[in-house]
Amino acid sequence: MATMNMIQALNSAMDIALRRDPNTLILGEDVGYFGGVFRCTAGLQEKHGLHRVFDTPISEGGIVAVAIGMGVAGLRPIVEIQFADYVYPAVDQLVSELARLRYRSGGEYWAPLTVRMPCGGGIRGGQTHSQSPEGIFTHVCGLKTVIPSNPYDAKGMLISAIEDDDPVIFLEPKRLYNGPFDGDPNKPAVSWEKSPQGEVPEEHYTVPLGKAEIVRPGLAATVVTYGTMVHVAKAAAEHANIDAEIIDLRSLVPLDIDTLVESVKRTGRVVVVHEATRTSGFGAELSAQIQEHCFWHLEAPIERVTGWDTPYPHAFEWDYFPSQKRIVDALKRTLGV
Amino acid sequence: METVPEQTRLHIPIPSSRPGEQPDFSDIEVPNAGSAERPDEGVDPREIPELASTLIRVLNKKHEAVGPWAMDIPVDTLRRGLRYMLTVRVYDDRMFQLQRQGKLSFYMKSTGEEAVSVAAALALRSGDMFFPSYRQQGLLIARDRSLVDMMSHCLSNSRDSAKGRQMPVMYTWKEGNFFSISGNLGTQLPQAVGWAMGAAYKNQDHVAAGWVGDGTTAEGDFHYALTFASVYQAPVIMNVVNNQWAISSYQGVAGGEHATFAERGLGYGLPALRVDGNDFLAVYAATQWAAKRARQLDGPTLIEHFTYRVEAHSSSDDPSQYRPLSEASEWPLGDPIERLKNHLINLGEWSEEQHQELYQETVEKIRAAYAEAESYGTLTDGPRLSRSTMFEDVYKEPLPHLQRQRAQMLED
Repeated sequence: MATMNMIQALNSAMDIALRRDPNTLILGEDVGYFGGVFRCTAGLQEKHGLHRVFDTPISEGGIVAVAIGMGVAGLRPIVEIQFADYVYPAVDQLVSELARLRYRSGGEYWAPLTVRMPCGGGIRGGQTHSQSPEGIFTHVCGLKTVIPSNPYDAKGMLISAIEDDDPVIFLEPKRLYNGPFDGDPNKPAVSWEKSPQGEVPEEHYTVPLGKAEIVRPGLAATVVTYGTMVHVAKAAAEHANIDAEIIDLRSLVPLDIDTLVESVKRTGRVVVVHEATRTSGFGAELSAQIQEHCFWHLEAPIERVTGWDTPYPHAFEWDYFPSQKRIVDALKRTLGV
Repeated sequence: METVPEQTRLHIPIPSSRPGEQPDFSDIEVPNAGSAERPDEGVDPREIPELASTLIRVLNKKHEAVGPWAMDIPVDTLRRGLRYMLTVRVYDDRMFQLQRQGKLSFYMKSTGEEAVSVAAALALRSGDMFFPSYRQQGLLIARDRSLVDMMSHCLSNSRDSAKGRQMPVMYTWKEGNFFSISGNLGTQLPQAVGWAMGAAYKNQDHVAAGWVGDGTTAEGDFHYALTFASVYQAPVIMNVVNNQWAISSYQGVAGGEHATFAERGLGYGLPALRVDGNDFLAVYAATQWAAKRARQLDGPTLIEHFTYRVEAHSSSDDPSQYRPLSEASEWPLGDPIERLKNHLINLGEWSEEQHQELYQETVEKIRAAYAEAESYGTLTDGPRLSRSTMFEDVYKEPLPHLQRQRAQMLED
């Protein structure tokens, strides 16, 4: 075991993947010599070679496209998109090509890409460095979409994603890179060192894609969330002294519906929390599935706490970011107190 | 399991030097000032491919303006150019310091690249439309935008014309025909082409000018711009600011190893000029040439400005991690402000004393502007816009669900 922040955990996962499989390689903007703007690939080029971890032109569509070609040629590319906000030029390659390649070729061709991208707000990044676009990808059949919330899961899930023969969109909540974040920007930053989830095995291990985790058991209500909001929701329930069960989905597609259903059948009350905008966000899918499976167990309408339906505003970041207070208010509404 | 050999046949571009090594610019050919031909503005692009591979330079080592690109620029324009470039540099230094003091969330300097934007702005008319990237603050300053307003934007305060919605340096200024900067790369160059198509459609003689970096030429949008500009012969000037570095990636990673960025234009049938971007007179002359060509509807021009990014990519970057620190001081094309200053001194129109005086005045002007800007608030203190404004401008009028969300936020 070693103490790692999320950046180090991701780096360790890629280091292991490069060591175990000579067909694995990393490409992306600034990932080579420099080691990435968030340092996730630091040292890997020096260790594994120029041709295994290299810089690309600034061309997200081009990066994903050539990675698909490499995948078809038998390689296992790990792609870094510098910010999730920059992924849009690659959407045609992801949606029309990568996601459907296996299907349209009758199973003859596929490309086992892992597409990593930092997402989410809380870093004063404004509208072009703060977005949570998971709902765009969960809407596309053929892609798996996952989002870890701590270093242990980040490493285990990234190894699973790389070893997976299907394409995986791997979202990394950048506000959690250096430590957990409970939603209060005025508190001093906390490092992962003090958290059990910062204890990460140095060797190979996997965390399966498609398995949610109950991070706080409770009986009064179920909070379904993922990414940065896992920590905010947990702190909200603790501070308000509400016996809420907090579920970290970790994987959106595939979705661990069994864990959700089991919890909601016990609590009868649900709050869905995500940072992304509300309309057609992944919370809408969660609400629909929960009512399909648990309608007769629900005691109150399903609540959603989300980012507002506006672009991410620089100056109003903390009015936009779903706060502990908003989560507590939603919990109280669903509890009728 | 299959194995891949230690050395593969895959080519990976690598820069000439890295931290701890001696900077090596030996592969950069610097032709003599005045050596490039200057064709007529209506020239057939197929006749001038060499202008895409040479460097158009006007100022020689003796600080004289020489050759066919040495235009008759009024001395007053040169002095204004010097003043604006100096203002950009002092502004950048001050804003960067303020970022380090926590007043700004982020900043990007344009040190060493001041001529690229200031000379272009002075060579164009006020009705011409700018579609800048994020390192052309010189365009605003050369169009006399209020420094207080520029700073107010960077502070996201109560006077910010972007209403607190954008990170610092993503300016917007409609009154000055300066388009809202997106922050995404390359997206606005084809929009500049479209604006120019609109001007032609309306029989106006306005020109659009767009700017992207060397790294951005790899984005599909760059190639959309060149294609549409060529197809519709739009009155547009497409500027590539080749400052050698895209964060940590040297220009070879953008495809600069095998052809110049100006040469990208040749395949699209565009006239392409490669210009010494640290030579104010050369940038001015090339822009004027392209503007005249566009205005007389002879079509678009691609200009590569060959320059060097002296400072970090942004306040979040640390270039000592990926390039030798002494690269900037060894850059073979010098500093644009020094070069124009020396030219004016050579003309007998300027002196070191006047320059020092101007510098002090500029520092004072920036200091005073900041004091005023701060009185309108900062990101964390003082007056600020109401948070309910966050729901405005998503649509022309807030839709009902946004009105509900606004009410919900205000209740909390």
